[in-house]
Amino acid sequence: MKVSITVNGKLYVRDIEPRMLLVNFIREELGLTGTNVGCDTSQCGACTVHMDGRAIKSCTCFAVQADGRQVTTIEGMASGDTLHPMQEAFWEKHGLQCGFCTPGMIMATTAYLKDHPNPTEAEIRHALDGNFCRCTGYQNIVAAVKTAAEKVGA
Amino acid sequence: MASRIFGSGIKRREDPRLITGKGKFTGDIMLPHMLHMVVVRSPYAHATIKHIDVTAAAAVEGVVAVYTNADMTLANIPCAWLIPNSNLKLVPHPPLAKEKVRYVGDGVAIVLAESRDIAQDAADLVRVDYEALTAVVNPEEASMDGAPLLHVEAPNNIAFRWIASSGDAGVEKAFAEADVVVKERIVQQRLQPSSMETRAAVAQWDSGNEEMTLWVSSQNPHIARFVVSGVAGLPEHKLRVIAPEVGGGFGAKLPIYPDEVLTVWAARKLDRPVKWVESRSENYTVTTHGRDHIEYVEIAATKEGKVTALRGKVYAGMGGYLSTAAPGIPTIAHGLMYSGVYTIPNLRCESIGVFTTTTPVDAYRGAGRPEATFLVERLMDKLADKLGMDPVVLRRKNLIPPFANGYTVAMGITYDSGNYEGALAKALGIADYDQLRKEQAEARTKGRYIGIGVTTYAELCGFGPSAVAGATGFQGGLWESAIVRVSPVGKVQVLIGASPHGQGEETTFAQIISDELGFPVKDIDVIHGDTSRTPMGWGTYGSRTTAVGGAALVLAARKIKEKARAMAAHLLEAAVEDIDYDDGKFFVKGSPDKFKTIQDATLMATLAWNLPPGMEPGMEASQFYDPPNFTYPFGAHIAVVEIDPDTGKVDLKRYIAVDDCGPQINPVIVKGQVHGGLAQGIGQALCEGAVYDDNGQLLTGAMTDYAIPRADMFPQFEIDHTVTPSPHHPIGVKGIGEAGTIASTPTIYNAVIDALKPFGIESINMPLTAPRVWAAIQEARANHAIGGR
Ligand code: FES
Ligand code: FES
Repeated sequence: MKVSITVNGKLYVRDIEPRMLLVNFIREELGLTGTNVGCDTSQCGACTVHMDGRAIKSCTCFAVQADGRQVTTIEGMASGDTLHPMQEAFWEKHGLQCGFCTPGMIMATTAYLKDHPNPTEAEIRHALDGNFCRCTGYQNIVAAVKTAAEKVGA
Repeated sequence: MASRIFGSGIKRREDPRLITGKGKFTGDIMLPHMLHMVVVRSPYAHATIKHIDVTAAAAVEGVVAVYTNADMTLANIPCAWLIPNSNLKLVPHPPLAKEKVRYVGDGVAIVLAESRDIAQDAADLVRVDYEALTAVVNPEEASMDGAPLLHVEAPNNIAFRWIASSGDAGVEKAFAEADVVVKERIVQQRLQPSSMETRAAVAQWDSGNEEMTLWVSSQNPHIARFVVSGVAGLPEHKLRVIAPEVGGGFGAKLPIYPDEVLTVWAARKLDRPVKWVESRSENYTVTTHGRDHIEYVEIAATKEGKVTALRGKVYAGMGGYLSTAAPGIPTIAHGLMYSGVYTIPNLRCESIGVFTTTTPVDAYRGAGRPEATFLVERLMDKLADKLGMDPVVLRRKNLIPPFANGYTVAMGITYDSGNYEGALAKALGIADYDQLRKEQAEARTKGRYIGIGVTTYAELCGFGPSAVAGATGFQGGLWESAIVRVSPVGKVQVLIGASPHGQGEETTFAQIISDELGFPVKDIDVIHGDTSRTPMGWGTYGSRTTAVGGAALVLAARKIKEKARAMAAHLLEAAVEDIDYDDGKFFVKGSPDKFKTIQDATLMATLAWNLPPGMEPGMEASQFYDPPNFTYPFGAHIAVVEIDPDTGKVDLKRYIAVDDCGPQINPVIVKGQVHGGLAQGIGQALCEGAVYDDNGQLLTGAMTDYAIPRADMFPQFEIDHTVTPSPHHPIGVKGIGEAGTIASTPTIYNAVIDALKPFGIESINMPLTAPRVWAAIQEARANHAIGGR
């Protein structure tokens, strides 16, 4: 099947198997391997990307469902050498250790902040329910999201 | 002097690539003409293989080959911790099962195809004719007469029986004469390590040079090379193992598995690159699990609360085969720590390793020591309750007094340094313990169930020395190595044998070098995880990277410093003894304005136009380091929980951790390690647990069913520390990777039982989920109604 998907501002036209998942399209067709796969049951959030500005789990979406849409991956978050404030905040607050969950975390939380610019700690913790991290115990991820919210809000 | 880089919480140097998606994990590697491998796995926990038919699978378009055990002559996957005096049964573990499968997930065939989807489709067409046998999942039951037998070599499924004792007569006497004896049956439930990146391997064969490159998600690429080359029959120097970005390991990426061996074998056989990536459900059934003990433990004390003896019998599940380090965990890493932080004169641990038709068990964060800490701390609380004594008072009566250089416990091992009362006092202060107890009493009058748990712990880590490895049957060394290589213009490459994967040593090791030699951190690169670039090392586990590898690094740096000092003296036309050093500069004593920088000295040593007599050119130092002892970090943790008696839900209100890992190189990274450890330890207490049905099917085989802790389970952890240097480490550091996990499980457990005291509940099997706590409350209430407690 032929699809036209815009990823990080660039249009890609590809002929793909209908069963191809969006995450495999991104990783294997386009070679953008920043988006990770951590599970096979749509639990972990490592594969989170933005589709038309909203966070989705790209392991739970067929590539054909993204036909004609705008997808942003972790590779599209910084503009040139300038990191996205959320990327900055993860760095500053030590919000990552192995870094495997991190792209998904950054994608999920940036989308979340768009709708909830001023979250409380409890709200951030709740919002992270769809993203697992096995390394950090979440404390510094929560701090990073708070910091990013303050930066963006300021 | 500028503020010291050692001890400063600088931002991690690993992060820029990881927050932009540029970090390369094994699964990200794509090579031209690469094949994809899928392993066909047993759906039965225990069965004989009658016949395997691969014809249909092999006929699928895009399938290049399908292989079974019959197609290969590979050695067995070895077990590498052959604990002595234990009648250890080394059972064969072929990379693909031959006559029999011994757990759900045991590999029986491999499919190699042009894409992973095709390989998976074809794998479903491999027909295996099994004859099912009875499964057995509980290690205690598996050791009984009449249980289904896994290996003919191991009667009663007993893999080993290991005893450590301070002296049996003394132990018997202490129990016989005790005023009080308290017993407990503890189930250390099985845990699924659940690194967010599953395992993966990519192998590339260079047939011209007969060289193999293996990328593998591993904690110890050098051990992987050692073992994989042996099993696959490749000369060791012709195998290069690279652990690229590794997405967490927690012990489960320490063992050597059949999968990476098969990847290597297939790449050579087919002369094409081969990639294997584990799915999550595969990860849960195949990648090693942790814990799985059934323990019978008891403690003896005087009525004044002086503990006189502690003993235990452990049935430790091994799973279907002996994984790499498995026998050492419920024995050496467990039984020797029965003292905890207490002056207990009589100790005995009997540990029985038992095969069960389940996923093999190996190291999981803390490995053996969490189980030891749990049983000691659980017994201390139960004893305090029996004596009507505050648990803190009881602990204080038994704490080992502060020591700076060696304390030998009754099991015979010597802790390096400790100030347990110091950590405890600090934690109690932060928690405001007396006030907490008042609030608890008050809450009880209002029908609210608040509980407080206090743990004091020490752990054995910084795995080394190698002589101990040898004496305990570990089939490897436990030293580390470092090379410090300074380029002519003063840029530094640090090559280390250890293999960090999230712990941040690219940053902390650069801080060590900068602190020792004055090079700015930005000029220092720390390189690890590649057997062709780095010197030999034994890997990252047992909180040993900084404790052992860091020591090698410091000593290598000091060699550089002495060489640079000699070079600078030559340039300054002064005697070496007259040269002082400060922050990267060498100068003649008393005249700091006339100096040579370490960069000047490096350049002149490298040009070698005019060297002092006897000096070799260049600026490079290499150091192997075998530590004289383990390190023993310690601390005190306090948890406050509240339980909703109507639902059984445990609400974690506060968590205070005071840990002592010696001087901290980067306190932000140390805290991060503690946070992560706490989450895993609290996860064991409250939500995690592998569940098998009686047929040996793993019911928690997906992330839908295995409860990984989530962000909203935790309050803000309150983290603090004390500093007690290790006397034998060149910069006094001890290691912090496992502390949080080791201390937190008993802290939470004791807090929950403390909260339930009004119900008279003494124990509930972990994890302490709402349904279990609720059921215990219901049962207690029913007993109360009937028995009139
Ligand atoms: S990989 Fe998509 S949720 Fe886990
Ligand atoms: S940083 Fe390793 S899983 Fe989150």
